[in-house]
Amino acid sequence: MKLILEYLKKFRGAVILAMLIKLSGTLGELLIPYILEHLIDHVVPGRKLLPVLLWGAVMLGLALLVRFLNVTANRMAVKVSRDSTYEIRQRLFEKTLRLSGGQMDAFGLPSLISRMTSDSYNVQNFIRAGQTIGIRAPIMLVGGIIITLTMDVGLASILCIMSPIMLAIIATISWKGIPLFHRVQQGMDDIVRTMRENITGIRVVKALSREPHEVERFRAVNEEMTKRDLRASVLMALPGPIMQLFLNGGLTLVVLIGARRVNAGVTEPGVILAFLTYFNMILMGVMALNRVFIMMSRANASAGRIAAVIDAPEELLPLPEEEAAHTEKEGFIVFDDVTFSYGEEEETEDKQEAFAGEGRHACLSHIDFAMKKGGSLGIIGATGSGKTSLINLLMRFYEADEGAVFVDGKDVRTYACDDLRRRFGVVFQNDVIFADTLRENIVFGRDVDEARLRQAAEEAQAYDFIDAYEEKFDHEAVIRGANLSGGQKQRVLISRALAGHPDILILDDSSSALDYRTDANLRAAIRENYPDVTLIVIAQRASSIMALDDILVLDEGRVIGHGTHEELQKTCETYAEICRTQMGEVSA
Amino acid sequence: MARRDSVMKKPKDARGALKRLVRYLGPFLAVIGVVFVLCVASNLLALYGPKLAGLAINEAAAGKGKVDFAKVWYYAKRMLACYVASSLLSIGISVSMMTVSKRIANRMRADVFAKLMKLPVGFFDRNQAGDIISRVSYDIDVISTCLATDITAILTSLVTVIGSFVMMVVISPLLALTMLITVPAAIVYTAKMRKITQPRYVKRSKSYGTMNGFVEEMFSGQKTIAAYAYGDQVNGKFDGINETAANAFYDAEYYGCTMGPTVGAINNTGLGLIAVFGSVLFMSGKITLGNISSFVLYSRKFSGPINEIANIVNELFSALAAAERVFGLLDEPEESADAEGAHELTDVRGEVDLSHVAFGYEAGKTILHDLSLHADAGKLVAIVGPTGAGKTTIINLLMRFYDADAGHIAIDGHDIYECTRKSVRGAYAMVLQDTWVFSGTIFDNIAYGKEGATMDEVVAAAKAARIHGFIMKQPKGYQTVLSEDGGNISKGQKQLLTIARAMLYNAPMLILDEATSNVDTETEREIQRAMRELMKDRTCFVIAHRLSTIKNADWILVLDHGDVVEQGTHGSLLEQKGFYHRLYVSQFE
Repeated sequence: MKLILEYLKKFRGAVILAMLIKLSGTLGELLIPYILEHLIDHVVPGRKLLPVLLWGAVMLGLALLVRFLNVTANRMAVKVSRDSTYEIRQRLFEKTLRLSGGQMDAFGLPSLISRMTSDSYNVQNFIRAGQTIGIRAPIMLVGGIIITLTMDVGLASILCIMSPIMLAIIATISWKGIPLFHRVQQGMDDIVRTMRENITGIRVVKALSREPHEVERFRAVNEEMTKRDLRASVLMALPGPIMQLFLNGGLTLVVLIGARRVNAGVTEPGVILAFLTYFNMILMGVMALNRVFIMMSRANASAGRIAAVIDAPEELLPLPEEEAAHTEKEGFIVFDDVTFSYGEEEETEDKQEAFAGEGRHACLSHIDFAMKKGGSLGIIGATGSGKTSLINLLMRFYEADEGAVFVDGKDVRTYACDDLRRRFGVVFQNDVIFADTLRENIVFGRDVDEARLRQAAEEAQAYDFIDAYEEKFDHEAVIRGANLSGGQKQRVLISRALAGHPDILILDDSSSALDYRTDANLRAAIRENYPDVTLIVIAQRASSIMALDDILVLDEGRVIGHGTHEELQKTCETYAEICRTQMGEVSA
Repeated sequence: MARRDSVMKKPKDARGALKRLVRYLGPFLAVIGVVFVLCVASNLLALYGPKLAGLAINEAAAGKGKVDFAKVWYYAKRMLACYVASSLLSIGISVSMMTVSKRIANRMRADVFAKLMKLPVGFFDRNQAGDIISRVSYDIDVISTCLATDITAILTSLVTVIGSFVMMVVISPLLALTMLITVPAAIVYTAKMRKITQPRYVKRSKSYGTMNGFVEEMFSGQKTIAAYAYGDQVNGKFDGINETAANAFYDAEYYGCTMGPTVGAINNTGLGLIAVFGSVLFMSGKITLGNISSFVLYSRKFSGPINEIANIVNELFSALAAAERVFGLLDEPEESADAEGAHELTDVRGEVDLSHVAFGYEAGKTILHDLSLHADAGKLVAIVGPTGAGKTTIINLLMRFYDADAGHIAIDGHDIYECTRKSVRGAYAMVLQDTWVFSGTIFDNIAYGKEGATMDEVVAAAKAARIHGFIMKQPKGYQTVLSEDGGNISKGQKQLLTIARAMLYNAPMLILDEATSNVDTETEREIQRAMRELMKDRTCFVIAHRLSTIKNADWILVLDHGDVVEQGTHGSLLEQKGFYHRLYVSQFE
C-alpha cells in the first residue's frame, strides 16, 4: 500500500480533485430521493402544478449534473491510474533487468513475470476503483444513513443497526471463501498435472496398456476437485440472497414502524417512500464497500510483491578501489582461490527456470588459474560440476564468497557492470534469440556497421543461411527464435558475440547443434580473425576443446585436471575416460 | 503460448453445440425442472413484495391518528413472508444449479480424459499439450460457470422485467408511459456504447497481450541483456509498449467509465418523471401515494436486468464456443478398434518380419516407401541415421502407435494387425530418450508396468538397473515422492528408473532409444551396463548412437530423410562405401 501511495503522491492534486468531484456527485445522487420526499409530502398537498414541475425540473437537472460530475471524476481517476501504473510498470521493468543473478534466483522468473503482469493489473484496478467506488461506497452508506437520520431518527436507527451487521456478514463470508478458492485452485492444478503427465507420457501409458489405471487416477483428482469446487461455490452463493433478505426485512420494518409514527404524527408518509429508495442505495453501498475491501486486500498483496522488487537493494555496484582485492598472479583473466555457492536454497515457484543454468547448490571451491591475453581455455565436466558458475563469476552475475576474480589486472568488482561486460562476447547455453530482425539480434543496440555485421555473420558461418532469406538480415525471428533450427540459432548467437569485437569470447555449450564441418570452420575463423581474443569454451564433448591451449576439468566444483589435451590424457583419469567413451560414439 | 482474448467468440455451430450440451443436462432434467418452477415462484414472490409495501403505505398514509394498524400489520406480515420465501428459494436455486453445473463439469472432464486415453498417439504428436489442457482447465470452466449462473439469471431477468412491467401497467397505465422515454433511452445508449467500447476493449486486451509477451521474453533473456549491456535499448522499447498499453487502457476506460453514471442518470431521470407525473396524477386523484411508491420500486427492478441481459448473451455465446471446442475434442477419431476376431499374442519368441511396409504421417506424403526386414528371435537391430531421419517412425509402427499404410508386420509369423493392440504392445519393453516419470513414489514409478508388483520384484529390477544404491540414499528410499517431470532427480537417474521399469515389465522384445545424454561419465557407464543387461536374450530394436552398440548389432538399418537408404551388417555396409560409410567416417575423421 505504501508503494501505491508513493506513486500517487505525484498526482496528489488530481487525486484530491477527483475525489472531491466524486464526493459532490455522490451527494447529489443522495439528494434526489430527498427531493422526491419533499415533493410528495410538502409540494403535492399544495395542489399547485407549477411547483411540482419546478421540483421535477430540479430533479432532472440534478440527475444530469450528477452524471457530469461522476463521469468527470471517473475519467480523472482513469487518467491517474494510467499514469501511475505506467510509471510503476516502467520502474519495475527497469529494476528487474538490473537484478543480480542471486536476486533473480530468489524471486524466480515466473514470479517476476506475474509481478509485472497480474500484480500490476491489480494495482491499476485498485487505483482506478479506489478513487471512485472507494469514495462512492462509503458516502452512499454514511450519507444515506445521515440523510435518513435527518428525515426520521427513529426509522433511520433501523438502518444504523442493520448496516454494520450486513457488512460483517458479507465480509465474513468473503474471507471464508478465499482459502476455499485457494483449495479449488490446487485441485485444478492436480487435474492439469495429471493431464500433462498423461499427454507427455502417452507412449509409455499405451505401451504398457495402463489406460484404465490412468482413467481411475484421473477420476480421483477430478472428484476431489469437484468436491472442493462445490464447497466454495455454495458458500459464495449465500451473500446475494442473504443481503436481499436483510434489505427486504428492513423494508418491512420501516413500513411497520413508519405506519406507527405516521399515526403518532411524528413522520410523513413520503418519508417512508424515500426510505425505501435510500435502502437500495445503502445496500449498494454495502455491496460496493465489500468489493473495495476485497480489491484493496488483493492490491495490497500485489503492491507488496511489486515493492519487494523495486526496493530490492542495488547489488553489483562498483567497489571502491581501496576495498578491491589484489593478486600476485600474472594474467589477463585470473581466478585467485575462488570459492562460491549459490547460497541458501530459496523457495522459488519454478526450479526449472533457475537463472544459474545449473543446480542451485553447485559450488566452486578453491578455483585457481590464470589465462594470458589471447589465450584459449576449454572447460569440461559433468552437468552440475560448476562450469557455468565460473562464467557467472567472471562476468559478475554473482560474486565470489572467497577469493577474487580479476580481468585485465583489476578486481571485477571495481568495474561498473556495463563496462566490464562490454569487454565480453558471450553465448550462454540455451541463450535467447529475441523476436526481432536478425540484424537487431546480432547488432544488439551496439555501434556495429553493415560491413562488420556481415563479417561477423560470415565468421559465425551464419551468412549463407541468412543470405538465403528474401529479407536477408531483416528477416524476423519469432519469440525464442522458434522459426530457426537449433544450428541456425547457435550461429546467430555466435554472430552476436563476435560482432562487438570482444576482448574475451565465451562460448558456453554453444556449438552442440553444429555439424562437424561448420564447427571446424567456426573455430578456424576465430583463430584467424581474432588472434587477440581471449577464448573460453565450455563443452560436453572433448572434441570441441581438445585443440585449445589449456583445459580445465571440473568435478563437483573442483578442478581435477588442468593442462593440455595430451597432458590430461595421461594425468587425469576422468578426462581420459570422457575421451574414451565419446570416441566410441557415432552421432551425425 | 496460447493467448486468449476475453472478447466474445462466436461459435460456428451454436445449435449443434447447444443440443449436445443439453444432452449433458439429461440426468439432471428433473432437478432443473424443479429449479425452473422455483425460480419463477421466487421471482414472482419478490415482485409481489413492492405491491404489498404499497398497500401498507397506503394504509399508513391515512395520516395522524387514522392508521388502521391491523391492515398495516396484515400487509407487512405478507410482505415479510414473501421476501423470506423468495430468499430461501433463491438460495435453494443457487445451490442446486451450482451442484448440477459442477457435476456436469466433472462428467465432461472425465469424458475428455477417457477420450484422451482412446486417441491414437498421432493426436498427441499433432496437438500441443497446453491446448489440450486448456479445454479442461478453461473451456469446461466457462461452460460450468455459464450453467450455474446464466440460466437462472436469464430466467430471473425475464420474470422480473415482464413481471414488473405488468405490475406497473396494472398500477397505472398512464404512469407507465414514462417508461417509454427511459427504457428506449437506456437501450439505445447501451447499444451505442457497446459499439464504441467493444473495439477499444479488444484493443486493450491485445496491447496487454503484447506487453505480457514482451515482458516474458525479456525477463527470460535477462542474463543475455545484462551481458551485452543492452538494458537501455530494451527499456526504451518497453517504454513504447508500456505507453501503448497505458493509452489503450485509458482509451477504453475513458468511454467505459461513463456507463455507470449515465445509466444512473437515466434511472434518476425516470424517477423525476415518475415523481412529476405521479404528483400530477395524485393531484387529480388518479393514483394513491402507496401506488406511487410501489411504482418507484418496480421501476427500479425493471431497469436492473436490462443492462445485464446484454452481458448474459455474451457469456452464453462464449460458453457455446467453449462447448464446441470440448465437443470437437470428443469427436476426434479414436484409435481403430482391434480387428474382428483379433487374437491375443502369447508366448512370443521374438521373431519380427516387416514386408513391403509403406507409411506416411500425412496422406500423400509417404516417407517409408517399401521396407522389408527380418529379425530372428534374440537379435539386435540397430537403427542409425542423422537427427530427423525418422528413426522413431519405425518404433511407432512396431508398437502400433501408428498403423502402416501398406504391407505387413508380423511377430512370430502372426500379422500384428490381426492381434489385439494390447498384446502386441505387451510384447515389447520400451526405453525412450524422453524418459517419463510421473508424480508418485519411486516404487510406483518402477512398478508402473506390472500391476501388483511386490517390493522384492521392484528391488530386484532396480538392482539390475543399478539404481538401487541411489534409491536407498534417498531420505525415504522407495517411498520417495518424485515431482512432476522428475525435477528432483537427474536426467541420468531418470533413465535408470525407466530401465528398471522395463526390467520389471520383462517383455520378450525391447525397443530402446539410446540417448546421447548430457550425463556425467559415471552415470553414463551405469546406464550402458544396465542397458546391456536389459538387452540380453531379447529381440532388440535400438536407435543407436554408440559405436559399440552398432558394431555389435546383427543388422543395421540406415535412415535418411525418413526413408531406409541402406541396410546390412556393419561390415557389409562399410564395403558399400555409401551413406553409412560417410556417416561413419565423418565422425572419426
